[in-house]
Amino acid sequence: MSIEYIYPEFEVIRHPERCIGCRICEQQCANGVHSFDPKSGKMLADESKCVNCHRCVALCPVRALKIVKSDHTFRPNSNWPDSIIRQVYRQAGTGGVLLSSMGNPEPYPIYWDKLLINASQVTNPSIDPLREPMETRTFLGRKTPVIRRDSEGRLLPQKSPRLELSTPILFSAMSYGSISYNAHASLAAAAKELGICYNTGEGGLHKDFYVYGPNTIVQVASGRFGVHKEYLNAGAAVEIKIGQGAKPGIGGHLPGAKIVEDVSRTRMIPEGSDAISPAPHHDIYSIEDLHQLVFSLKEATGYTKPIIVKVAAVHNIAAIASGIARSGADIIAIDGFRGGTGAAPTRIRDTIGIPIELALAAVDQRLREEGIRGDVSIIAGGSIRSSADMVKAIALGADAVYIGTAALLALGCHLCRSCHAGRCNWGIATQRPDLVKRLDPETGRQRLVNLVQAWTLEIKEIMGGMGINSIEALRGNRLMLRGVGLTSRELSILGVKHAGE
Amino acid sequence: MVIDARNMHFKDLNESIRRSPDASIEIQNCCGQRYIGCGLSGKELQIYGTPGNALGAYLSGANLFVHGNGQDAAGDTMDGGSIYVDGLLGDAAGYAMRGGSIYVHGNVGYRAGIHMKAYEEKSPLLVVGGEAGSFLGEYQAGGTIIVLGLHTEKGRLPVGNFCGMGMHGGSIYLRAETLPPDFSERLLSREASEEDRSHIQPAVQEFCRAFGEDFETVWNACFLVITPNSQNPYKQLYAAEQ
Repeated sequence: MSIEYIYPEFEVIRHPERCIGCRICEQQCANGVHSFDPKSGKMLADESKCVNCHRCVALCPVRALKIVKSDHTFRPNSNWPDSIIRQVYRQAGTGGVLLSSMGNPEPYPIYWDKLLINASQVTNPSIDPLREPMETRTFLGRKTPVIRRDSEGRLLPQKSPRLELSTPILFSAMSYGSISYNAHASLAAAAKELGICYNTGEGGLHKDFYVYGPNTIVQVASGRFGVHKEYLNAGAAVEIKIGQGAKPGIGGHLPGAKIVEDVSRTRMIPEGSDAISPAPHHDIYSIEDLHQLVFSLKEATGYTKPIIVKVAAVHNIAAIASGIARSGADIIAIDGFRGGTGAAPTRIRDTIGIPIELALAAVDQRLREEGIRGDVSIIAGGSIRSSADMVKAIALGADAVYIGTAALLALGCHLCRSCHAGRCNWGIATQRPDLVKRLDPETGRQRLVNLVQAWTLEIKEIMGGMGINSIEALRGNRLMLRGVGLTSRELSILGVKHAGE
Repeated sequence: MVIDARNMHFKDLNESIRRSPDASIEIQNCCGQRYIGCGLSGKELQIYGTPGNALGAYLSGANLFVHGNGQDAAGDTMDGGSIYVDGLLGDAAGYAMRGGSIYVHGNVGYRAGIHMKAYEEKSPLLVVGGEAGSFLGEYQAGGTIIVLGLHTEKGRLPVGNFCGMGMHGGSIYLRAETLPPDFSERLLSREASEEDRSHIQPAVQEFCRAFGEDFETVWNACFLVITPNSQNPYKQLYAAEQ
């Protein structure tokens, strides 16, 4: 028994009287947990391989399976929790940088849960969205402050390029390579049906998805994978990815093993070669340089597409956003430290960056103070989990929100946080054809459409309760929020009063 | 068509290039205008003066000739076509270029050919007649970089520090007899074989033709070839959490 042997984190509980030995669990588990013992005629489980993704549980026809957290424990120690001890063993054994997936799971404060929303009582009427019109349509881009008219007094149309969304939700950037073809197909088709946008991420745009161009945001990251003139002009907007909430300040390494034939074609790099995104864009060392890239993209797209600059929420985010607004970008996307990822060094994911709630409030406040809020729209991301989070984000100053993890959950993700292994049993974060086909793009599309429609209905209900009938009137309307259990410093950064005030 | 770029904003200059029906355009008095030839295809530009940053960014098949010096980020993410600079070029030349070729008569700045790629029939080429600054071919993933060091004194190197750092594809040819003293252990090197030389001969010939250099003088010298030792430089870096 080695130092590193640790009793598995999860236990597979198989109800012996229900199990019929059909071996579906065995076929469904790409991690190889289940096996059939011909001698005893029984199913066995190697729990050390279990990531608790629930695939076997969900597909067991006789409900014979459940996964429980093992109660095996180290001697309880508040300073040295099990997770840290395991990580130290792992690193002592391998010498490697710890790698993990999805968003920061650590118990930091979640400010969404400490904000409460207002409703009308007596003094102004609430609105019933089932009977009265509610406007969720959102335009993202520069708002020209001056209204121009022709000699006969008719309004001259605004020329700045914009994104039009039926509801203020976009699917956040997830590259082909980090997620599967079928996951992209689901996101693209859902975005089209909903009248919103999905985002290619930095892995290029598959030729099959050019038809979804009007609902596509194409991304340009430091690795410039799959970026060429046709790609830039294929989407409704171009996003420059500077950073990502899950791993601010570092680049990305998609291992060569995931650069299979089709991914290689889309990224336009050889099969099997690592796809390395440098930490910075080496043509951007300043706001002036960012201005250069923004305008090179505007030139390449004939000034017809809004340019988004996506950054991770970090300490001086308000000043950074002010610089971005002055760089000529049309939209700023801010990704909070809980944002998801297909793979990131654990220490970076769990300790770098700041919560989106504070970042968003600080940015909106700063841009207003500087009189440049109308020059840009703001998209907030990095763990928007529900329509309530979304309403709070808009009231704190966002024009729209990016959802990534919630969209993956709609596709069947069970948040087992093992994307980096490439063996996603739900067909999402994998390139293995036998696993990819488990995600039916048609079902995926429908579930995403359902989710966004449901959230939109809820937003309308919540807005109606406040007596507000458009997203426009909610944006930056912090009087609609109150804090509970927050310090006066936190309330001051969020720009909201405490409940009861 | 001839465009006098004096006092012209880049937006107007680039718009008139895009709008021009002419396949061949001459730009006179160019003075720092950015994005000339951005995403351009099917045209030839003769540029007199100094074009600004991001010359030929996303270039998509056009041919650009600069009779003078260029600035930073020329050929950024270029996909096809060619850029000839009969002078010097600034930093990050050919950043992430996937196809086409860049010929520079003189020196280039830092990070030339950074993250250059290759894909199917596309294999980009950067030929530098003079010297290259530090971080030449950083993260290079494909294509060919040739540094000729035509005016480099004997005993000096035509490249700066950290040549080929993070390189994981493609090759760098140095017209030199010794390797940089900080040569990375993740790189391999060899003296160019006949096969290696025949790989770059057309490029060197084209360089000499374009800038009026004597091919024999350039060619009769030692070339070193630098390649990465792995396509997967970060494979051993990580330990997946269990």
